[in-house]
Amino acid sequence: MSPASHQTKSTNNNIAGSEDALLAVSGIGFDYKNAPILDDVRLSVDSGEFVALVGPSGCGKSTLLNLISGVLEAREGSINTNGLIRRTERLGNVSYMQQKDLLLPWRTVAENSRLGLELNGVGKAESNERVEKLAELFGIADVLYQMPWQLSGGMRQRVALLRAVLPDNPVLLLDEPFGALDAITRRSLQQWLLNVLDTADKAVVLVTHDVDEAILLADRILVMASDPGRIVADIKVNVEAGTAATDISMSPGFNQIRARILDLLSHQEVVR
Amino acid sequence: MNTSVSVKKALVEWLPALAVTLALILAWEVLVDVLDVQHWLLPPPSVIVAEIGDSFGFLMQHARVTAAETLLGFAISILLAGVLSSGIIWSRTVERTIYPLIITSQTIPIITLAPLLVIWVGTDITSKVIVIVLFTFFPIVISLVAGLRSVDQEMVDMFRTLGASPWQIFRKLMIPSALPNFFAGLKVAAVVSVIGAVIGEWFGSSAGLGWMMKIAGGQFQTARVFAAIVVLSILAMALFAAVVAMEKWVIRKYPPTANRVIRLGDS
Repeated sequence: MSPASHQTKSTNNNIAGSEDALLAVSGIGFDYKNAPILDDVRLSVDSGEFVALVGPSGCGKSTLLNLISGVLEAREGSINTNGLIRRTERLGNVSYMQQKDLLLPWRTVAENSRLGLELNGVGKAESNERVEKLAELFGIADVLYQMPWQLSGGMRQRVALLRAVLPDNPVLLLDEPFGALDAITRRSLQQWLLNVLDTADKAVVLVTHDVDEAILLADRILVMASDPGRIVADIKVNVEAGTAATDISMSPGFNQIRARILDLLSHQEVVR
Repeated sequence: MNTSVSVKKALVEWLPALAVTLALILAWEVLVDVLDVQHWLLPPPSVIVAEIGDSFGFLMQHARVTAAETLLGFAISILLAGVLSSGIIWSRTVERTIYPLIITSQTIPIITLAPLLVIWVGTDITSKVIVIVLFTFFPIVISLVAGLRSVDQEMVDMFRTLGASPWQIFRKLMIPSALPNFFAGLKVAAVVSVIGAVIGEWFGSSAGLGWMMKIAGGQFQTARVFAAIVVLSILAMALFAAVVAMEKWVIRKYPPTANRVIRLGDS
């Protein structure tokens, strides 16, 4: 493991590097009831980059997203999303899809999808038009006027993602978007996500506990450790993109990265 | 489903309730007759029905007064409860200031306040409306606060990440979430409001079913007292039914998360 950890160290130095990063997090610390949850977390995501955060449960992955989105205030450190530094400025200007779909049971799919636009004063006609424009791509065109309880779990996640991305913010955070779904649905949605997301000018951060999902979707994977939560490795994914999911996961490059991440994660448990 | 089938189904569903009620009324009638109870002491149902028929106009005239007081008091209660619970939800200081006062207001026996109210505000409709409000705003406030608080923190956070203002969170998330609880409190208040009206009338009035019962009772016109009670019950049930109808209409528009009625006996 020595060459791997060496490489990890060298990339670590560049983590908060580039000046034109859409998302820059530096020296973030966060406590909950006097217990440190995150300590000196730094990361930077460029425009067009898709970064995955993996780590043991309870390592503060979701807390980090709550800090970036502005739901929580950090104890120390700074977060900059496309020039927005204050927490209250970031609220409403960072797209964030939570783990649960959180659809309002009294609203139709279309009304749920346009919630973010509605809250920001976009008129009904315009927001409906924008929902309908993307509905086909998101595979929900046929259910736009149904109620959430009529949808399957996978469909509900699609609606939740559409709601998150419609305000079209440069930074998109995804917290285990497919965590509650069965393996087959999850696989098909992962492939679908790559097709649907127009990530060219966005910075995307995905939290997941599924290492395969991280390798499949991300350009770069940050591995976290817990007690307190911190980033211990920054791994570039250089597996050939553009092939079907099953092909990628067969490739030697895929298995190499997976073995390395799993090693990093299991090593932590031995230490603890 | 055609009409005759649905009528049949309704009949079957209501049959137990109807049968028990009829049996109780019949037992009352028979027992009064068999035990030879004096009618001024306890009139049998047949005499009460006859009394309702004889003094129908008189009953309706006073029922109208009581109904007006009840509706006004009920409406004021809903408004007051809405303002109080919004304040409690909005600010911790308001909660700390208002909650103890609300609880204290319910520990005072309202029945002892009624005569004082007559002294303070007179015998017109005001004293009755105040008594009704004191009786009914409490269940509405308690249920409304519980309902507004029933919202998931995650839901609130989702609204915040979409840039919602506190007012938008209140109006578009908390109020719809509070509706099932709100209607539970409203149903309790609907039934209690009629009792409040009668108590208000008892201690100082010149009209209304409560006044009528007091006068008739003093003259041992027991059948008339019972006739007034029957009309009062119908009044309370009508108000309750109106709340249920409103609930059905609103909940159809704002379905709650769980729209299944849990009935352990069916499992």
